Parts: sequence; structure tokens; C-alpha cells
Amino acid sequence: MIKNILEYLHSNTTPGEAGNLFWVVVYVLLVFAGVSFGVVFMNWFERKVMAHMQVRLGPMRVGPHGLLQPVADALKLIIKEDLMPANADKLVFWFAPVCVVMTAFCSFIVVPFGRTHAITDMNIGVLFMLGVSSLGVLGVIMAGWASNSHYPLMGSLRSGAQMVSYEIAMSMAVVSAVMMTSMATGTGTLSMIGIVQAQMQQHIWFGFSFFPVGLTAMGVFAIAMVAETNRAPFDLPEAESELVAGFMTEYSGFRWSLFFLAEYTSMMAVSSIATTLWLGGWLRPFPNLLGGANWDTAFSLIPGLTFLLLSALSFYSFTLMPKLRSMRGSTLGLGGFAALLGLLGAFMLLPAVRVRVQDIFWFTLKVAFFMYLYIWYRTTFPRYRFDQLMKIGWKVLLPISIGVVILTALIGVRQELFALVWR
Amino acid sequence: MPQNYVPIFVFLLVAFMVAAGTLVVATVFRPRNPGKVKGMSYECGIEAIDDARQRYTVRFYIVAILFVVFDVETIFLFPWAVQFKQLGAFGFLEMLVFLGILVLGYVWVWKKGALEWI
Repeated sequence: MIKNILEYLHSNTTPGEAGNLFWVVVYVLLVFAGVSFGVVFMNWFERKVMAHMQVRLGPMRVGPHGLLQPVADALKLIIKEDLMPANADKLVFWFAPVCVVMTAFCSFIVVPFGRTHAITDMNIGVLFMLGVSSLGVLGVIMAGWASNSHYPLMGSLRSGAQMVSYEIAMSMAVVSAVMMTSMATGTGTLSMIGIVQAQMQQHIWFGFSFFPVGLTAMGVFAIAMVAETNRAPFDLPEAESELVAGFMTEYSGFRWSLFFLAEYTSMMAVSSIATTLWLGGWLRPFPNLLGGANWDTAFSLIPGLTFLLLSALSFYSFTLMPKLRSMRGSTLGLGGFAALLGLLGAFMLLPAVRVRVQDIFWFTLKVAFFMYLYIWYRTTFPRYRFDQLMKIGWKVLLPISIGVVILTALIGVRQELFALVWR
Repeated sequence: MPQNYVPIFVFLLVAFMVAAGTLVVATVFRPRNPGKVKGMSYECGIEAIDDARQRYTVRFYIVAILFVVFDVETIFLFPWAVQFKQLGAFGFLEMLVFLGILVLGYVWVWKKGALEWI
């Protein structure tokens, strides 16, 4: 038993491939903890970024710079009464948030955080991910139908129509990325790890290959994934001015917070697909151009140094805190936070740790870029009207994505086609 | 390889336990005293008029039908996309015929006004 557990540490595969159930469970729990922590952090980060974009301060009271605000919110939601409408379908009403959370988290089964840092590597990884991420619409429809109220039903129908419309453009864009994997070797792959390795082989992230083609496919995906997760400017299902809160209107307390958790989780899930397909997944910048042992060491130092920099910044703000009796608690908290970040940074500089952590660091950085874009969109763009939304999905994105697929295929088979014509 | 698919069930189990578990645990902490007014479905301050599950616009149905058509099409594209280098020019032309038929249907749907949202 113990021998079996230790053996995995020397193998160079994902726990799913190794068939090691113990490490599968450990990885599943780790991914769960990591993603939940990401959601909690995103909650704070979104409020802070939005506040600063609107020249406000945002949460400042609970913890240093409001860092503990999400924890306080979660506690509040747990002790809040949970209402269920008298004429609702009890079982479906109960199961809808559970279903949404399950489908949102399940996409992370195949996400490769690093060469070995994935729960499993299926040979149909991308298809699995697309399928699971589109299952989220089920929970939304269930929530709207079970509530038996006018606003939620309209909200869930809209949400369903919207998710379904953008699904097509999204999967078409994915087809073009899958085709790019076979450009060098001749055989393509659908496995998420295989796609990243193909980008390593071809010395380019697919977002930049065949210049406008890859970027267009990535753009289509980037727009479709915002609509898919019902975020601004496509947040029609939750348009406050028309539908109160869409399919979540009748939900309160902890059930509501499960929807919240699922929304942010699916945002992260689609961002991870985008990162894996077009931005090189876990690859660091210029893995081939700046290759070699020296560059490898230099780049593996970056995660630790980033954390040390953040620690120095927090320590600087710690020294700037006003020396008041009433502020003593938050001052100490900020100092402790700086110390924690510094310890983490120093830990990541250890040679044994840094080679294992660097992949996760680069992956997270790229996902964080997409997550920042989500917040940026929300503060920048006004909400679309529903007919405009359907028009963009069906009349703009779909033709573009079909064109991108044909163009990618043309680039791939151009020599055979020339041979056919000039024979 | 079959062992690659085992983690799905582990993950589903953990996900269900986390979601349902938190709901069950929360019942310990939260108050529970439902009333007649609290149980009413949400409306703008007035009593809701009849059941919500009634007829709604046919547009949603059309969108669902169109989705099925196009989604099945993309599923057919995936196997070709993996092997398209080996299938070469012949496979490409075959796929162009397939896409051409689909685009024809798409144009017809567009002209018919099914993509219009009134």
C-alpha cells in the first residue's frame, strides 16, 4: 500500500494515467481546495478592482484592505435563513444548485496545471471539457423551472438560449485549435496535455500561429466564453433592471452562494480551456528560444521572486499604516500577511519545490489574465439587448468561426491542394 | 485507457458531497421559520398572478432546434480535425461539401428570419 503510494512520486505521469487511486483522491481534493480558494480570492479581487476603476476604495474594513471580506460574507450566508417558495418543486429546487456546482467543478478533471499536475489525461480531453461545461445550462433551467415564478423562468430560458447559441461558435473555435495540433506531426490530438506539448513542439502558442487565424479563433472563444458564463456585458439572465436576478431570484442564503461559487468556477474553467488551447498552458514564455539549463533556472526563480515582491509591497504598506490604537488590529494583520507571503516566496525558491511549482505558476498567471479581463469588461461595457446578443452569436461569431475552421484547414493541406491543381 | 476515466467518478462523488454537504451543514446554523408571506413567489410587491409555467415565445424552441443541428455538425468536425493532415486534400474537399450543405441550410434559416429576435 505505502510502497504503491511512494512509487507514484517517481513516475512522471498524472495520477489518472498511473491508475493510483490514493493520489487521484489527493489531487481531486487539492484541485477543489485550490479552485475554491481562487473563487474566494476572485470575490475580493473583483470588488477591489471594480472599486478602483470607479474611483472608490471598495471593502476596507474586514481585515487589511478588506482581505477577509469574502470570509465574512460566507459566514453571513451560512447563518441566513434559506427560503423556499411554497409552490416550488422541492426536489428540483434543492438539486439545481448542487447540479450547477458539480458541472462547474467537473471541467477541472482534465485541466493540466503542469505536465504531471492534472487529475487525469483523457484522449478526448477537449471534448469532455466542452461537454461538461455546456451541461451547466441544465442546472440553470432546473433552477428557473423549479422556482415556479415568472422572473426566474424567463431568466433561465434566456440563459439557456444564450449559452446554447454561443456554444456553437465556441466549439468551432476549438476545432480550429485541434487542427493546429497536427500541423507539425500529421496526427492531431484531443488530449489537453497533448495540445500543450504540440505547442511546445511547434515553438509557438496557437494564439499566435498563422498570424490572424489563431488570434481570430482565440478572439471568438474569448467572446463566446463570456456569454457562456453569463457575465457582463452578456449578463442578460441576471439583468437587474428587467429580471431582478434572473434564475436566482427565488434563491437565498447558502443555496444562492452555491450559484455564486459555480459562476466563478465556470469562469475559471473556461479561462483554463482558453489558456490551454491558445496561450500555451503551463509553458513558460519562450521555452525554446531561451532554452537551456541557465534560462530554466532563471525562469524557475520567478514564482518565488514574485511572492517576495508582493511581500515587500505589503510590508511597505504595513509601515505606512497610521499609528492609531484603533488600527492596531489591521496593522498587525497586514504585517502577518506580508510575513506569510514572504515565507511562501522563500519556500518557492527551494530547488526541490521550484521545479514543481513553476508550471502551476505560469498556468495560473495566464488564467488570471483572463479573469482580469472579465472584471475589466464588466466595468467597461454596457449590457447588450437580447436581440443584439442573439445577433452577435448567430450572425457574427458563427460565420467567423466557420471561416476560421476552413482557413486553418486550407493552411494545413495547401501543398496537397497545389499539387492537385498544378498536376 | 480505462483507468484514465476512473477519476471522473471520484470527482463527481467529491463534488456532490461538497455541494450537498455544505447545504446540509448550513441547516444546523441557519434559522428556519417559514411563513405564508415568505413562501410567496417573488413579484413586484403584489401577489403573483397564476402559475408561472405557461406558454412562452416559440423563439426559444427554434434556437434549441438550431443548436442541435449545428452542435451535431461540430461533433462531426472533431474526428476530421484530428486526422485532417493525413486525409489531405481529398478529406478537405469532402468536408467542404459537408460544410457547404450546412452553410446552405444556414443561409436559408437566415433568409427565413429564424435568427431574427423580435
